[in-house]
Amino acid sequence: MSRLHVVTGKGGTGKTTVAAALALALASGGKRTLLVEVEGRQGIAQLFETEPLPYEERKIAVAHDGGEVFALAIDPERALLDYLQMFYKLGSAGRALKKLGAIDFATTIAPGLRDVLLTGKACEAVRRRDSRERRVYDAVVMDAPPTGRITRFLGVNEEVAGLAKVGPVHNQAQAVMRLLKSPETAVHLVTLLEEMPVQETVDGVAELRGAGLPVGAALVNMVRPHLLDDDLLRQADSGPGGALADALARAGLSRPDRFVGPLVEQAQEHAERVTLEREQRSALEKLDMPVYELGLLPEGVELAGLYQLAMDLRDQLPARQETP
Amino acid sequence: MTKSTKGNRAQGGGTAAPGGVRGALPSEVALRVDPLIDDPETRIVVCCGAGGVGKTTTAAAIGLRAAERGRKTVVLTIDPARRLAQSMGLTELDNTPRPVPGAGTGSDSGSGGELHAMMLDMKRTFDEIVEAHADPERARAIMANPFYESLSAGFAGTQEYMAMEKLGQLRARDAWDLIVVDTPPSRSALDFLDAPKRLGSFLDGRLIKLLTAPAKAGGRAGMKFVNLGMAGLSMFTGALNKLLGTGLLRDVQTFVAAMDTMFGGFRTRADATYRLLQAPGTAFLVVAAPERDALREAAYFVERLAEERMPLAGLVLNRVHGSGASALSAERALALAENLEEGGIVDRGHGKGNRHGAHSPGRGSSYGTGTDEQSAHGDHDAYHAHDVHEDIGEDGVPDSTPRPESAEEPTDHNGHTGQTEQLAVALLQLHAERMQLLTRERRTRDRFTALHPEVPVAEVEALPGDVHDLAGLRTIGELLADGSAA
Repeated sequence: MSRLHVVTGKGGTGKTTVAAALALALASGGKRTLLVEVEGRQGIAQLFETEPLPYEERKIAVAHDGGEVFALAIDPERALLDYLQMFYKLGSAGRALKKLGAIDFATTIAPGLRDVLLTGKACEAVRRRDSRERRVYDAVVMDAPPTGRITRFLGVNEEVAGLAKVGPVHNQAQAVMRLLKSPETAVHLVTLLEEMPVQETVDGVAELRGAGLPVGAALVNMVRPHLLDDDLLRQADSGPGGALADALARAGLSRPDRFVGPLVEQAQEHAERVTLEREQRSALEKLDMPVYELGLLPEGVELAGLYQLAMDLRDQLPARQETP
Repeated sequence: MTKSTKGNRAQGGGTAAPGGVRGALPSEVALRVDPLIDDPETRIVVCCGAGGVGKTTTAAAIGLRAAERGRKTVVLTIDPARRLAQSMGLTELDNTPRPVPGAGTGSDSGSGGELHAMMLDMKRTFDEIVEAHADPERARAIMANPFYESLSAGFAGTQEYMAMEKLGQLRARDAWDLIVVDTPPSRSALDFLDAPKRLGSFLDGRLIKLLTAPAKAGGRAGMKFVNLGMAGLSMFTGALNKLLGTGLLRDVQTFVAAMDTMFGGFRTRADATYRLLQAPGTAFLVVAAPERDALREAAYFVERLAEERMPLAGLVLNRVHGSGASALSAERALALAENLEEGGIVDRGHGKGNRHGAHSPGRGSSYGTGTDEQSAHGDHDAYHAHDVHEDIGEDGVPDSTPRPESAEEPTDHNGHTGQTEQLAVALLQLHAERMQLLTRERRTRDRFTALHPEVPVAEVEALPGDVHDLAGLRTIGELLADGSAA
């Protein structure tokens, strides 16, 4: 089973929420996971209703059955300073560089370098072991850039390894790429049952596969229940008018006539939506990858809802193998 | 349906409206789209907002509507969904505005308007700037540098900068009455305002000058930076050289040197674009969906535009749900559905509960795990705990129909009535779901309008499917204009 879960998706699909639910789901049963944010939006902190995350790993939630979720917001500037520190013992010169805008410069003139630092940090957490050689994290979940940029974001290590032909960054970029292309990694795509996000998912999967990156699951978010089965839909369509008004009257509704039209209209809209959703679902099924579904939270996303999503997800995930 | 919805929406007027539905806040100002796009003084409309809220669709719909109302319009889209692009006759990125076939070019409306559309080619736009500002030899050198590709394709904010650059170019040509521009799907909507400045200040920043001519700049730079700065810098370039491998930094320096003559130009253009955005002929529309995150982003954007003294025309709230039966509250609908289930079809309803026959992923565990065989009741109690149906008259009409005895009626001969009852139950549950959604959306919207009562709002009703043809865009345009009358 994969240990680095990269979660991407079209804007507005709830990528951060799903990444957090996945981190909770993977932590359940006494595991420890790390939820990583790379875009500096502090979306994780908002979701977990805590203050902004610093650039350090800290426990952010306890999963069902005793697991733990840690979170980290990676700051590319700090990551670069860490690297320089690690390799060259820069000390206070680092601060001077920052003042001069040199760090800004390095992380912007070479966007690749910036992305290498971000993925590099996540990969380091995947590999990290404690003093007794046990893995520190059972899984690392990354709230990654959106589908449109994901292949470039992950593939940039290859590009950088090409630009920087020797040296620690070259080696680092190659090591990261090895992990990213191994079965230890899975890139999941969050989508809704709507045309545009599904189309973007289909395109994204093709792109990822073309780049040799391992595709994980399609995570369908905000799935709404279908309240009418096919028989009832047909019945609503055939315009039951009077009988329906009688039934509503029996239920206790006065002057039901005024509601029959709008209620049937809503049923037709529902039917239209159900049909569209079926088409989208079958488009996803053709992708030859697992499809997991998360229900719409009627009250919007808050902590209790997040745990609910995590439970839903856990029940759908394949049984875990123990990782030594 | 649109009409009746608007009617219902307008009647609320407060938080305790009959039927439990909140209507328009008294303080809310309506955004009037038609006067805005009809006004010859309006030359630029910028649609901005978080990703996934329908920005591109809104931009396209406004462009089409303006054209069909008589203005010569161009829509600048950035990364549109494929089918939406096709609906406007766009098949590739080519940076050239082209007439949109079928968009009322005066034929049906006699309006004399035109619609043109283009998709932004970011790299091509960057190339054009380089070609315009450097002699051919230098331009070739720049474009051949490995960093140029990295910068032109990947620099955080390049897309934003190029969109604004293109907007400036289109405006300078003065060939259109109205330019409607979509903004890039930034990770933060604000990038789009910051990008021109950031790219400008980055390219002619102190560090770049130090890198291009360290000795010269070292002599001239302010004293406070000389000691600290130069020591740090040489260490830094040394470190980077080792880290990235020698040669890489030299590439950067060569690149920066080649670009050197253009920096002034970049800064000037960025400043000009910024001023253009502040000009009176520009109108910003913040686009959002009635969801917490999107509206939080919208509020942030509204504040930011005010700070930058950019002219905000209003908020477009996309995908707002309405109901033709909004006088019937969610609670009341559920109570009625229960009446029917309990009294009428409970006996034959076992194992046939319509909600269970349907696919309801995700929410299964949220309303109890009782199977169909167990009981429809147990399931229900968990679903809506507020088990009161006697005393609710939220539709404002006294309930004269006696419930219990009539509910016993449908023990009929062929099960036909049972089916109708099932349908009624399903329709009521569906309606309850719609009303819950509607209430939630109102609440979210009201939070925004309470915070920014001065911002005019137009609501666009949700359509069941995606829009990918001109007819759909036209509908959106109508809803948008209509929504401003709410």
